[in-house]
Amino acid sequence: MATSTPPPVSRPQSSGLRYNVSKFAEPLVLLAPSGLWLLLLLVAPTVLILELSLIPGFRLGQLAGGYGLGNYLQIFQAIYLPVIGRSLFFAFGAMCSSLILGFPVAYWIAVMAPARWRNLLLVAFVLPLWTSSLLRAYAWIAILRPSGVLNLLLGAIGLPGQDLLNRPPAVLIGMTYSFLPYMVLILYASLEKLDKRLLEASADLGATPQQTFWKVTVPQTMPGIAAACLLVFISSLGDFVVPELLGGAASMTVSRLIYNQFLGATLNWGFGSSLSMILILGVSVAIALLIKYGDRDGATLT
Amino acid sequence: MNQTAPQSKISWQLLFTLLMFAFMYVPILILAVYSFNESRFSASWTGFSLKWYASLLQDSRLLSSLRDTLFVGCFAVSISAGLGTMMAVGLFKYRFPGKSLYRGMSYLPLIIPDIAIAVATLVFLVSIGLSRSIWTIIAAHIVFCLAYIAVVVSTRLSSLNPHLEEAALDLGATPTQAFIKVLLPELMPAILSGCLLAFVLSMDDLLISSFTAGEGANTLPMEIFSRVRTGVKPDINALSVVLILFSGVLAFTAEYLRYQSDRKKLS
Repeated sequence: MATSTPPPVSRPQSSGLRYNVSKFAEPLVLLAPSGLWLLLLLVAPTVLILELSLIPGFRLGQLAGGYGLGNYLQIFQAIYLPVIGRSLFFAFGAMCSSLILGFPVAYWIAVMAPARWRNLLLVAFVLPLWTSSLLRAYAWIAILRPSGVLNLLLGAIGLPGQDLLNRPPAVLIGMTYSFLPYMVLILYASLEKLDKRLLEASADLGATPQQTFWKVTVPQTMPGIAAACLLVFISSLGDFVVPELLGGAASMTVSRLIYNQFLGATLNWGFGSSLSMILILGVSVAIALLIKYGDRDGATLT
Repeated sequence: MNQTAPQSKISWQLLFTLLMFAFMYVPILILAVYSFNESRFSASWTGFSLKWYASLLQDSRLLSSLRDTLFVGCFAVSISAGLGTMMAVGLFKYRFPGKSLYRGMSYLPLIIPDIAIAVATLVFLVSIGLSRSIWTIIAAHIVFCLAYIAVVVSTRLSSLNPHLEEAALDLGATPTQAFIKVLLPELMPAILSGCLLAFVLSMDDLLISSFTAGEGANTLPMEIFSRVRTGVKPDINALSVVLILFSGVLAFTAEYLRYQSDRKKLS
């Protein structure tokens, strides 16, 4: 294992044999338990899923067939391709709407709000993240259902009612609501580091506020924007609760399809595993982009 | 600073921010308001009532799922507190071959979507023939709890004065003494806030629990999920309010701890 021969960095006064034992013992004691736990309950299971995904049509209790790419080919059939497309559409839509809604908020808190209120305002904005994501999605059922709060309000001002629940717009609203705090949190971290003197200099040199924004603020905070966007994208892509509760039958996504292969009616473990691998692949590609283009602060906040 | 920017005039950014604050809080407030509503079905107000809160207290199924959730959370977090802290300290102090691989593995639980972790754990449990119970939920929760605690603790470690522990060693403390008397107290706020974060995530987890739960084990999110799938339930509104207040208290505690440790860092 990687943890078995770890020489310590530097230790003053390494005196004789007693230290030589503890040299290896200490890091081993510190790192081995978590390492083994993660290997056993995360890495090994994921490798197992990879293997299962290569056995076409694997079902529990059936004799396993030979290896093949059948499960992956099944994903690209006409019934399942729209599911992948829809998942990407939801993730991309939630990313765009959180960026559009989140940037002004992060900008106001980081640049325009009184300095001593900034931390408090930020904490207040991300506070809903601490509450159950299930209940936050559920709150939107109460708002969006046909006899819900939204239609009550629309009716009161004489507008026609909207039937949004169990349709794609409801999923986009729910995902934006769920992940907007992440967006604001990371954009804030990036905007806070922005050198305000650059903005003043730009104004002094005769730039309009719009020019300053597009030529100074946006380029300076680009790594933060990229990190925040990818984080929201990844979280939305893997989200199960929002599309399940708000999306209805028409909003099947990859995570819901995976769920159905294991706990639902279909029980095709091989197909579910291949979908799971595709999801991990999608997220890994996004993470690779994050590491390449995003800034480190954003990456560590996740 | 010389910045006496004209904050008095109301900018569109301020108005927009207020609107977004409303967007974040109105759904929660709506749940709270409806939890006091007399009517079971109607979205309109039919009178003030505490009966949904009373029905919560008599709902033995809900209470037993709450007990399961708290048990899983407390057990998983207390084990993860030790493991995660040790992992963070080990990764901070030592260099060894394969370290970046190990570090990468420690980030996996934060990166891989819950559904993929849940599925993998289920397949693993079935393939080794381990029967699923509340203990398998705990084992699976430890995976992500320890990863989150390790991240919070390593952030704190990287901002610590690295010479404190060396000074203790120079003054004759054994490595164990230096760890317990010097490093651990410095890390305590971070460990606690990491634990709170992990606890909230454990209480929030639906997928990993659903896939690893066995006979008789039923966590609160699983119970809530099975009920709200079929529409709006006023007693769930009441439950939401209770849980939101509870997590609000946890959030404030965690933020306070962070604030305290930040202040210590500055002084």
